Amino acid sequence: MSAVRCVDVCKTYRQGDEDIHALDHVSIEIANGGFVCLSAPSGGGKTTLLNAIGGLDVPDSGEIYIDEQRIDNLNKGELAALRLQKIGFVFQAFNLIPVLSARENVEFVMQVQGVAADKRRSLAMSILDEVGLGGLEERRPAEMSGGQQQRVAVARAIVSRPALVLADEPTANLDSKTSDELMELFTELNTHHRTTFIIATHDRRVMSYAKRLIKMLDGRIVDDIAQA
Amino acid sequence: MILTLRLAWRNLWRHARRTWLTIGAMVFSNVLLVFMISFQFSVYDLMINNSLRAFSGHMQVQAPGYIDDGSMRQTVAEIVPLASRLRQDFPDADIAARASGFVLASSEQRSYGIAVYGVEPAFEPSASSIPGLVTDGRFVESGDEVIIGTVLARNLRVSVGDELTMLGSGRDGSFAAAVMTIVGIFDSGIPDLDRSIAEIPLATFQEVFYMRGSGHQIVINAPTIDSASDYRQRIRALLPDDLELHDWTALQPGLKQAITADLSSSFFVYGVLVILVAFSVLNTGLMSVLERTREFGILMALGIAPGRLGRLVLLETALMGAIGILLGALLGGILTAYFGVTGFVVPGMEEMAVRFNLPARLYPGISVVTLFAGPFVVFLVSILATLYPAFRLNRLQPVEAMRAA
Ligand SMILES: Nc1ncnc2c1ncn2[C@@H]1O[C@H](COP(=O)(O)OP(=O)(O)OP(=O)(O)O)[C@@H](O)[C@H]1O
Ligand SMILES: [Mg+2]
Repeated sequence: MSAVRCVDVCKTYRQGDEDIHALDHVSIEIANGGFVCLSAPSGGGKTTLLNAIGGLDVPDSGEIYIDEQRIDNLNKGELAALRLQKIGFVFQAFNLIPVLSARENVEFVMQVQGVAADKRRSLAMSILDEVGLGGLEERRPAEMSGGQQQRVAVARAIVSRPALVLADEPTANLDSKTSDELMELFTELNTHHRTTFIIATHDRRVMSYAKRLIKMLDGRIVDDIAQA
Repeated sequence: MILTLRLAWRNLWRHARRTWLTIGAMVFSNVLLVFMISFQFSVYDLMINNSLRAFSGHMQVQAPGYIDDGSMRQTVAEIVPLASRLRQDFPDADIAARASGFVLASSEQRSYGIAVYGVEPAFEPSASSIPGLVTDGRFVESGDEVIIGTVLARNLRVSVGDELTMLGSGRDGSFAAAVMTIVGIFDSGIPDLDRSIAEIPLATFQEVFYMRGSGHQIVINAPTIDSASDYRQRIRALLPDDLELHDWTALQPGLKQAITADLSSSFFVYGVLVILVAFSVLNTGLMSVLERTREFGILMALGIAPGRLGRLVLLETALMGAIGILLGALLGGILTAYFGVTGFVVPGMEEMAVRFNLPARLYPGISVVTLFAGPFVVFLVSILATLYPAFRLNRLQPVEAMRAA
């Protein structure tokens, strides 16, 4: 079964009197447990595609399926529920609620998901330990490095074991050592929990971790390579 | 829930100065509201009590129609026994029977039309403040004794010991006349009373005006104005059906109108005050939502519904409002209590003071209502003002929100 399937997805923006084809008849299928890197030069359509898959943005045409459930025709509330239950998001930076500690940031989403308080706490503690933040649970985002903040965001994205994690340039603000650590964490989660990852990036180091590399240019898929 | 509360609380202190300014606006208006409302209601209580206690009482038993026509023939039969029966049933209330009529009162030099009241010398002093306000001479006891107000005495150029001739008509329409001796002169401070009434013993009145045991009104004062409506119900149940029992709003419509007019003008002022607070809260709410656009966008991307974020914003206002209520009621209560001890002279209230027999220095009292009514309204209006920024979150698109700086 496929985790994500896009069929002929198009998205066009108008800028002045020019049409920009951010997604130009994109069709891809990503299997459960996939580890995919989406690479493109700036403006290539990576963010647009991730947003469409995550239901943050509605394509102009085409169909999108998550776990074989069609999502491009769901309403706002249904999409929010879908993201809450099935999809974890990691963005480039400044992902966290600044006034909440690392643990509280992770707990907040679980609270919205309806997880009981004591269970929430123990899950948050163990996931933070898992991403290597044991001992830093009570720090606020401002008291952590960029890499540590990004790990909190990852912890928050994966704590409820979503089937799919969408990451948009998660390493853009990190140095190469921290980037490697984050990618190793992703790889480990992918192997141990069979979590599907789709990572948009133009960082070659990041791409080297992927099992599959999809290259885009001007809204079109131009290459699709399986990597060892 | 605790986590949401914690989040809301910490969000407030991201901009501590702005939050304090908003809370400050709430506290300021709450203190004013507590003081002004406490003060106002104390004045109303005084107005009601003093002007009712002076003469008309909290309520009166009358014959049907008497309140409108005031005709001598609209009588309460056997009024003295009825009053004494009520006195037995309600020992805590002050009860006195009266009869009244209009006469031409003449001294040697002048004549004036006045209202003359027959009163029970033994009970009138507890039902009305006039007997206690006799500044010259004494109150009536029996026989052909009369007391009049200072203004009337001056107008008639009479003093204690002089004679006063009264000409009028009796209950059956026949001519009634009496020569009375002035035994006292009262000074109630209420111009209407001091100028135009006289009191004589009820028995004398009944004789002179051919009343045959009847009278016109039984004045009843409950122990306090607050217990008056309770007493009124119980007394009503005991009275024969052919008698009416009027409360003070019917007896003194002017008093009620004065209070209503004063209330509506002050509620206008309160309204303006509350609206100013509402705008301050609205401004804070809009700013706090705007500056968190990106943060809210990310939370929405994580699947958190806009409604939940809206509730967070409302909770933030509710927390500020709660601090506003606490500090406002506390400081307002202290301020009011202070003036409750030292007293307070209100500039511009002289006219009302004279008309409703108020002291120059007023001592406001506090009740739960006057302490919390204003702050509670401010709280509610603040929540209402936050509904707009909260609902605006529904229009937020996660993609655009995350793009925001
Ligand atoms: N809201 C928008 N309005 C107009 N044009 C847009 C909008 N969003 C994206 N675009 C355009 O669509 C194209 C694809 O944008 P997208 O953000 O998906 O690229 P990207 O691959 O993520 O680039 P980057 O690496 O810079 O993040 C670009 O040409 C961009 O200018
Ligand atoms: Mg992008």
